[in-house]
Amino acid sequence: MDFLEWATSPWGQNVPIHIAWFLIWVSAIAGLLFLIVHAIYVMYFAKARVFASDASPAVAAKIPKHVPRHSLVARLFHWVMAASMFTLLFTAFLPKVGVQFPWVTYHWIAGAVLTVSIIFHIIHASFWLDFWSIWPDRIDLDDAWKRVRRFAGMSAPPPRKFAKYPLENKLFHGVIILCGLSVILTGIFMMSRVRTVFFPRNPYLFSDMTWGLMYVLHGLAGVGLIALVMMHVYMGLRPEKLPITKSMIFGWMDRDFYLEEHDPERWVVEAPSASSISSRVESRGAD
Amino acid sequence: MAVIRDVMPAFELFQPSSVGDAQKLLEQHGPDAWVLAGGLDSFDWLKDRIRKPKAVVDLSGIDELRGVRTTADGIEIGAMTTLSEVVNHPIIKQKYDLLAQAAEVVASPQIRNQGTIGGNVSQDTRCWYYRGGWPCYRAGGNICYADTPEGRNREHAILHADRCVAVNPSDSAPALIVLDAKFVLRTRKGERVVDAEDYFIGPDIDITRLHILQPGDLLTAIRIPSTWAGAQFYFEKIRDRNVWDFPLMNVASAMTTSGETIERVRIAVNGAAARPLRLRAVEDAVRGKPRSATTGEMAGKLAVQGAVPLQFNAYKIPLMRNLVKRAISGVEEATWTS
Repeated sequence: MDFLEWATSPWGQNVPIHIAWFLIWVSAIAGLLFLIVHAIYVMYFAKARVFASDASPAVAAKIPKHVPRHSLVARLFHWVMAASMFTLLFTAFLPKVGVQFPWVTYHWIAGAVLTVSIIFHIIHASFWLDFWSIWPDRIDLDDAWKRVRRFAGMSAPPPRKFAKYPLENKLFHGVIILCGLSVILTGIFMMSRVRTVFFPRNPYLFSDMTWGLMYVLHGLAGVGLIALVMMHVYMGLRPEKLPITKSMIFGWMDRDFYLEEHDPERWVVEAPSASSISSRVESRGAD
Repeated sequence: MAVIRDVMPAFELFQPSSVGDAQKLLEQHGPDAWVLAGGLDSFDWLKDRIRKPKAVVDLSGIDELRGVRTTADGIEIGAMTTLSEVVNHPIIKQKYDLLAQAAEVVASPQIRNQGTIGGNVSQDTRCWYYRGGWPCYRAGGNICYADTPEGRNREHAILHADRCVAVNPSDSAPALIVLDAKFVLRTRKGERVVDAEDYFIGPDIDITRLHILQPGDLLTAIRIPSTWAGAQFYFEKIRDRNVWDFPLMNVASAMTTSGETIERVRIAVNGAAARPLRLRAVEDAVRGKPRSATTGEMAGKLAVQGAVPLQFNAYKIPLMRNLVKRAISGVEEATWTS
């Protein structure tokens, strides 16, 4: 069983041309297995979560009823990216599993939209949002170690509540960055092999080996995104995560959920003032 | 280019005597099976050792796939009917002469004696990069060698190219589209009848095939209704030499007129794209117009709208424009313009 498909170039060189398409099913099945195992674990085996301490009544009293989490711009980015990602996945893989339609134009247009939205996100997050809020910090790692020890039945103090994003969220974001940038960077070059409005066609931009590796990377990252997107959608639909999903629609989460999951010292939320929630969200760097 | 070795790779040969048996064999072997009709396309692939099927299913022993039968509304041609039989059949010559004209200019008399109508519409493209075994898009790879600044693409597509720029080489296909033929397929799900136009697909839909047949499917017959029987037909094929050559482009049309006015018309070209193209915009534009040089001129210009030439095939644009002009206005009316 080969994970890559190979061909002999006109110059007699053995080059990879793309991934083996059965990996589509491997990724889809892996995503499905994750869903099933996680759902069974949560339903039958997971213990109630214990955190180190609750916020003091004085701090809790300052938390508004609606805690701003995602600005309108950040939400728009998320849904534009989601729409383009779904379009990319469907146009890439449905033809490979037998649903045939003229997919190439839709695919590169969705790819262009994704590229622009990601560039916007990088700039927006770097200069207008709290850039470091999505990256794991020392407390995340310490708490993760405590959670692992407690999961294994060993003694460990309870972990602190989360900052704006739980560690799992941050790790998922990191993997998405890897896969997303891989498909985008390779996809931009691959656009020079089809007729688009962006570049004149130039299939000889790289050597056959380089092109082959680029197609392989594009394919691997693409099939990886199948499982990742399945996991993301599943998590977004889980009942206990719905407040987070709703915050990606409405921009805020309930005070109760905030106090239950998040540490006001790690994710500081200001008390409501005369200014509107949306303007405050921008100034606080919600993303 | 491919090295001709002449000795074919070993395969298991099956010679079923019924369509049912053939279909079972094709289903059993799936993508490893190769359907052998007249063998004229197949033996190129096999002798060049570019295709190495494990099983070859030879249809030549299936009598029910041969011959021309009259039906309640037209005729049915078995897929294994030879092109010579099609050319010489009295009903086809009398009512559907367009098909006879198209079949008569396929290759050479010897090839027409062996080649079948089913094979002619199902044959693979002649792009030499692809036929030479290069790992292009059509062969499952990730490049089109013909669509490059240095690529030899004189015979390739000017319309509807999508990564691959190969063209369909069939002469009978545009004639069958114009005659509103129906293709009868045997698939895993049973019999399926599709319009001739829908039998062919471009690289935008599936870059590795020119038609809709999946592994396990079989084209069994072609039905031609009486819709266009006895109409005014036009077929013209342009090729580099006048015998034994594939078309650079061909055109087929059927028309009924009332006086000088075009009442009904169908027109299709092949050699311009990966699938034979029915020119619906042209049909709509000329319907109700007088059959004249002016109408032909307009039709020719309309036909080539959106054409994108490659490095060496820009000549196909005036070629197609003039062929359509002649098909609409007639040879006497149309003057060739560059």
